[in-house]
Amino acid sequence: MLRLRWWQKGMVGVSLGVLTFLYLPIVMLVIFSFNDSKVTSFPLAGFTLHWYEAFLANAQMLRALANSLWVALFATALSVVIGVTAALALDRYDFPGKRLFQNVILLPLSLPGIVTGIAMLNFYKQIGIPQSLTAVVIGHATALLGVVVSQVMARLAKINRRQFEASADLGATPFETFRHVTLPSIRSAVLGSALLCFTLSFDEIPVTYFLTGREVTLPIYIYSTLRRGITPEINAIGTVIVAVSFVLIVLSVTLLRERERS
Amino acid sequence: MTLTRRTFPGFAALFSLPLAWVLLLMVVPYAIMVAVGFWTRQFPLFYPDFQFGNYAQILADPQYTTVILRTLKIAALVTVCALLLGYPLAYFLVFTIRSQKVRNLLYMSVIVPLWVSYLLRAYTWKIILGTDGALNSLLVSTGLVSAPLDIFLYNQTAMVVTLVYIFVPFMVMPLFTVLDNIPRRLLEASEDLGVGPFMTFWKVIFPLSLGGVVAGATMTFCLSFGDFVAPVLVGGPDGTMVANLLQTQFGAALNWPLGSALATLVLALVLILLQLSSRLDRAGRIDL
Repeated sequence: MLRLRWWQKGMVGVSLGVLTFLYLPIVMLVIFSFNDSKVTSFPLAGFTLHWYEAFLANAQMLRALANSLWVALFATALSVVIGVTAALALDRYDFPGKRLFQNVILLPLSLPGIVTGIAMLNFYKQIGIPQSLTAVVIGHATALLGVVVSQVMARLAKINRRQFEASADLGATPFETFRHVTLPSIRSAVLGSALLCFTLSFDEIPVTYFLTGREVTLPIYIYSTLRRGITPEINAIGTVIVAVSFVLIVLSVTLLRERERS
Repeated sequence: MTLTRRTFPGFAALFSLPLAWVLLLMVVPYAIMVAVGFWTRQFPLFYPDFQFGNYAQILADPQYTTVILRTLKIAALVTVCALLLGYPLAYFLVFTIRSQKVRNLLYMSVIVPLWVSYLLRAYTWKIILGTDGALNSLLVSTGLVSAPLDIFLYNQTAMVVTLVYIFVPFMVMPLFTVLDNIPRRLLEASEDLGVGPFMTFWKVIFPLSLGGVVAGATMTFCLSFGDFVAPVLVGGPDGTMVANLLQTQFGAALNWPLGSALATLVLALVLILLQLSSRLDRAGRIDL
């Protein structure tokens, strides 16, 4: 029988409190997106889909949404291609500066995004690339490289190396080995980190803030709208973003945690 | 594999693109930022130079030092609060929940919000704490207060609450990992020796979890130190943080050299903390 002491009960209490704390604000956002009132206050005024209609009719917001989707798509593709190649090289070879390289690509993940944004802005200014969505794509792909490399390397470390040797002994070219042996065993890690990259790029603010030009992404559009004041439209688009992100992230975490079956 | 004449071509084929990409698009930009920090500004242009004027200005002008100290204070508060909330949660997940399935589900539900739109999670506190917001209307409708209060939003407390909310999962993640890795036989041994659960926690579990505490605290501190969204959305007139100063230098104030110097200071602080934390982590690790 599990008996808890007072301090253990306290810990359980705090835990349930923290879980509520994590989800209550998101629930609020969803509730108020259906609330028939311009202010976000209780008691609720009644059910409406008006705010969803409003954002679907907002051409600027939809344009920003499309921009965000394109940016996230291209940034993810670049990150995956470069990240997987880097992970393969790091997993297979020992070379001087290997640790340093690994630490450098992880840096943008623990460094406040604003510093990375400023560094890239300075660089683009020096070489004459104008602030634009292309600049944002390159920025995101670079900053998110660490996500792909760390996840794919973790998976590669679990693979039995004999498989590669066997494949080579049987006369497969390195590309054939990659295509038929390596790729199938890292597929879920690649897919999982791609989904994570996509969501992170779609929601990214600090780097985008410095690199974007006249065309803006959805988070930047929302951010600049919020500085002027709250509109319930934001609750509606916010609910959609949260819902989609949730699905993508749950999928990604499931794929990344999947153990290799061999 | 170590590199030999035979393995080098394969290595070069794989590694040259990532290396070139990272050098050109990540290392060079950080280096340029550090360099621009030494430049001079003659409004509205900047000139290459090597002088420490920007750093001297940041460290001498109270306008900057106040903000830096305030940011350190807020980041420290956020870290402590996140630890106080995150530790019990991680402990609960690892030691109280018996079913592996339930534990994984709960752990996932703590981690998932971390990756869900950071902007929207900060924004929700604006609709909760505002004068017309959810909290006020709830207080008024239950009769606890007679008129909406404006004390909740636009101050440092609101910023700390929002940042703790955003970063608490970062604290839980490493704590969960270290606690989950503590061999159960150690706890059984402690129990068999007649040690009570509280002393077992204090003498066995807590020391073994210090690596996770350090890792989580470093992450939380570094990221909340450089946040600029929460101050803009829920911070008040006295809520300016370092990141907002940076925004201004690259916007209205148009002083890139000073901004780059300030960003370099943030970079240095983060690097030092990461270095310290990886050392502490190694020192605190006990081989079992």
